[in-house]
Amino acid sequence: LFSGAARRVGASRRKRRNPAKMPAVSKGDGMRGLAVFISDIRNCKSKEAEIKRINKELANIRSKFKGDKALDGYSKKKYVCKLLFIFLLGHDIDFGHMEAVNLLSSNKYTEKQIGYLFISVLVNSNSELIRLINNAIKNDLSSRNPTFMCLALHCIANVGSREMAEAFAGEIPRILVAGDTMDSVKQSAALCLLRLYKASPDLVLMGEWTSRVVHLLNDQHMGVVTAAISLITCLSQKNPDEFKTCVSLAVSRLSRIVSSASTDLQDYTYYFVPAPWLSCKLLRLLQCYPPPEDGAVKGRLVECLETILNKAQEPPKSKKVQHSNAKNAILFEAISLIIHYDSEPNLLVRACNQLGQFLQHRETNLRYLALESMCTLASSEFSHEAVKTHIETVINALKTERDVSVRQRAADLLYAMCDRSNAKQIVAEMLSYLETADYSIREEMVLKVAILAEKYAVDYSWYVDTILNLIRIAGDYVSEEVWYRVIQIVINRDDVQGYAAKTVFEALQAPACHENMVKVGGYILGEFGNLIAGDPRSSPLVQFNLLHSKFHLCSVPTRALLLSAYIKFINLFPETKATIQEVLRSDSQIRNSDVELQQRAVEYLKLSSIASTDVLATVLEEMPPFPERESSILAKLKKKKGPGVVPVSELEDGKREGGELNGGGDRGPDSSTPSPSADLLGLRSAAPVSAAAPSAGSLLVDVFSESGAGGPAAAVNDDGFLRFVCKNNGVLFENQLLQIGIKSEYRQNLGRMYLFYGNKTSVQFASFSTTVSYPGELQSHILTPLPPVEPLVEGGAQVQQVLNIECITDFSEAPQLNIKFRYGGALQNITLKLPVTINKFFQPTEMAATDFFQRWKQLSQPQQEAQKIFKANHGMDTEVLKAKLLGLGTALLENVDPNPENYVCAGVVQTKSQQVGVLLRLEPNAQAQMYRLTLRSSKDTVSKRLCDLLAEQF
Amino acid sequence: MRFMLLFSRQGKLRLQKWYVPLGDQEKRRLGRELVQTILGRKAKMCSFLEWRDLKVVYKRYASLYFCCAIEEQDNELITLEVIHRYVELLDKYFGSVCELDIIFNFEKAYFILDEFLLGGEAQETSKKSVLKAIEQADQLQEVRAVSIEDLSLTAVVLS
Repeated sequence: LFSGAARRVGASRRKRRNPAKMPAVSKGDGMRGLAVFISDIRNCKSKEAEIKRINKELANIRSKFKGDKALDGYSKKKYVCKLLFIFLLGHDIDFGHMEAVNLLSSNKYTEKQIGYLFISVLVNSNSELIRLINNAIKNDLSSRNPTFMCLALHCIANVGSREMAEAFAGEIPRILVAGDTMDSVKQSAALCLLRLYKASPDLVLMGEWTSRVVHLLNDQHMGVVTAAISLITCLSQKNPDEFKTCVSLAVSRLSRIVSSASTDLQDYTYYFVPAPWLSCKLLRLLQCYPPPEDGAVKGRLVECLETILNKAQEPPKSKKVQHSNAKNAILFEAISLIIHYDSEPNLLVRACNQLGQFLQHRETNLRYLALESMCTLASSEFSHEAVKTHIETVINALKTERDVSVRQRAADLLYAMCDRSNAKQIVAEMLSYLETADYSIREEMVLKVAILAEKYAVDYSWYVDTILNLIRIAGDYVSEEVWYRVIQIVINRDDVQGYAAKTVFEALQAPACHENMVKVGGYILGEFGNLIAGDPRSSPLVQFNLLHSKFHLCSVPTRALLLSAYIKFINLFPETKATIQEVLRSDSQIRNSDVELQQRAVEYLKLSSIASTDVLATVLEEMPPFPERESSILAKLKKKKGPGVVPVSELEDGKREGGELNGGGDRGPDSSTPSPSADLLGLRSAAPVSAAAPSAGSLLVDVFSESGAGGPAAAVNDDGFLRFVCKNNGVLFENQLLQIGIKSEYRQNLGRMYLFYGNKTSVQFASFSTTVSYPGELQSHILTPLPPVEPLVEGGAQVQQVLNIECITDFSEAPQLNIKFRYGGALQNITLKLPVTINKFFQPTEMAATDFFQRWKQLSQPQQEAQKIFKANHGMDTEVLKAKLLGLGTALLENVDPNPENYVCAGVVQTKSQQVGVLLRLEPNAQAQMYRLTLRSSKDTVSKRLCDLLAEQF
Repeated sequence: MRFMLLFSRQGKLRLQKWYVPLGDQEKRRLGRELVQTILGRKAKMCSFLEWRDLKVVYKRYASLYFCCAIEEQDNELITLEVIHRYVELLDKYFGSVCELDIIFNFEKAYFILDEFLLGGEAQETSKKSVLKAIEQADQLQEVRAVSIEDLSLTAVVLS
């Protein structure tokens, strides 16, 4: 039984249920067959048994629906309800829609109701059905029977599709404002319209109805106001001017509620709180507008807000949590409005004090909300100081709260209340919290610490220390933006360069220091190592040996950076030249399998041997200062958190006085300079004899040209697979040791795939072997014999393997490639999905619009179609879409679909046993950032597989 | 509100109501992940959490979790009371409601929810009004139910 208040509500009454009957069939016309079925399902001991029982039921229902005997309404309702139950259990339902639609036109309420429920849950965009559904809805809307009208409106609101908006967006406003419409229908109409407006704002035109809709705020019936205000709020956000008369109406409504006694509103009083839902919504609506200009209205509103604040101090009228929740819901909404206005110092400070009380409340929920709400208060100039007085409580929360989501709020608040006066304390607390912080919030904490340290640094040595501490404590979570930024700042401030060099040199002494530390260290010593070279303990050679001792443990990009640091050393300290040239000349550098490293080694070696000292000094001159701009860390945090959660904007727009590390006018912002991080290290520009000359690694370059060498290693396998649905060449897999590239070509039902295995290390791979396996029955669908491969792969070398592929029949699974080898004694075992997908065997088919639609209609059986609606994952750029569709292998047909936004394609899948014609239609909805993808083919498995594959591509 | 889920302590979904258009697969994935997230939380933890880009409000009543995903600007506390009011409505309708009632009368649970919330917003917060609407519908149904049982009785007698 449900515990708590709810149980007490019902406990005093005798159960109306008859215990002898089927369990829990209680009210209305219990459908006995349905109850038996549900009971059976619950008694199933295993998933298999459940599926068996469901299949039996599906067969039964199918035969009933197909049978000669016409079903009566009750049976139809019962079976439709069973189908719905099966669907809600998580199984697919592919029939019964027609019967559900039939129920809609039944004149028995109960049958109609089930029909509508089925449609609401399982809406199918089959155009024929939509027309029928809309017809039934139209009939009910014009029936003048309020219960039927409500059912129809609920259905529209639940489905909310564009087709429904097209059909009803004109009619519903009329129903909403008509004088003779029943209250319950008005309520449904208002929210129905809201849903349609959210989905298709272009189709819902309020125009002439605007003023009558706004006046629903004055309606006698509280329920009508409660429903209508949601609609009005949404419309006001989009068209504030047209709806601005709602402000004074909302204020007077609010004022009446706030001043009413707890019993005045009868059933709209909730645990002694008058109309909490409506109050919250009214306060929310007011947040769409600036403070009222009319003095009387404003006075009345301020009075309301004061009353709400006062009530918070009164003793509670009930001990129930529902009472305090409802009361505090209004209070928090009022505080939001006060913060939104940000113009009443008195109210802001009172709000802050109230929240301060909640910070120590025994209810976790209230502490959470108080921390959250205070974050926004911290950004107001009127309440910033008041918020700061709670710093100890908040630090304590960060340390002691048991729930990570509450600690997260505390960290957010510390970030928001930080200014010059408390930055050192807050940064120190956040750093110490980082040592034990939950993994889920570490990255964000790191970004915040980095921003605060930069923003409020008075002396730069503190800033450098903080960032190096960050790397030490949470190196894995320190993103590029963070360490790029510390380098930018060190380069731009010459008063900190010596200190930075000394500090990184010390930090690098640690035996296990984080790779990010090596990056920062390499860069800074390469630029400013000379500033500490006077001390014999950090002489040039010591510095070099220290850096080089980390080299072999680092990833390719870091090694590339270190090589650049080495060539800079040659310029800074001529005495290191011989040692460094020796390193560059070694096979592991000059013949490295990574093209970027190899190129750098070759070029730097050559540069150091042929260039005169002057040339060398010019080429390797100290980096010029970076142009000032918004910290890329801030941009990253914003992106991570989305708008609104953390008031970063306040920190960034310099609302509070000065003190910005980089904002000073001395260097002057230069917005025209193209952005930053890519060239921050000057990696490309520092390479003096740049890219033009093909290096010894050109073979690798050709094969892997699509990957962009030196990018971060992609270790995940499935991702790799999906990237190859629409392309044939590229890097399939890469980790620290091995890179696998593929090149493939397909003709008819045959294909050939070249696999290139590159040993990225300087050590030999032993017992290298590869096998291909076929999950399930795949072997009978495609053939891919794999020739043996040489068992030894030398360091830096590459071996090649050719795979011949033949498609016998269509298939869904992908063959798996397994690679085994020994690297320094350890057995490496890698399994990847080979990107052989059914679309590779496409033959494009050009056709005209008439042909296309004729074939489209021919393929109209339900199993021939597969459809998915999904969110855009990669932006919706037209050219990119087209390129992907072409990469798929079909013909992209222009001027066929009447809607120019849509794409249609046609092709034939060539297998040995048969040819399968496929038609594709992709409908983007830029506004909703969604796609609808439809595939029709003569074979259901092909439609389905292609649909699954493609839905991951856009 | 974006969606509402009811699920058992074993993670079985008992009711799902989606107020934003999503594909079936996406719904299943979101549902599965959110259920796991919430079942992984300890009792006494905060009823609110940030999950992906959503605010989630949940509360457990006996064996059932009630969980709402709401918009950025929505009010968490009032959402908790949305949940409670819905529980009260179920309780009043079924009489000391338990999980079985919702399993066997899932359609009723949906109907009650539709009377209370529509499109993710409160439509009618008065308990009396919502129950009146549902009782009216039931009366329409009961007339029908009796006649069916009569028919089947006659059938038995005849055979």
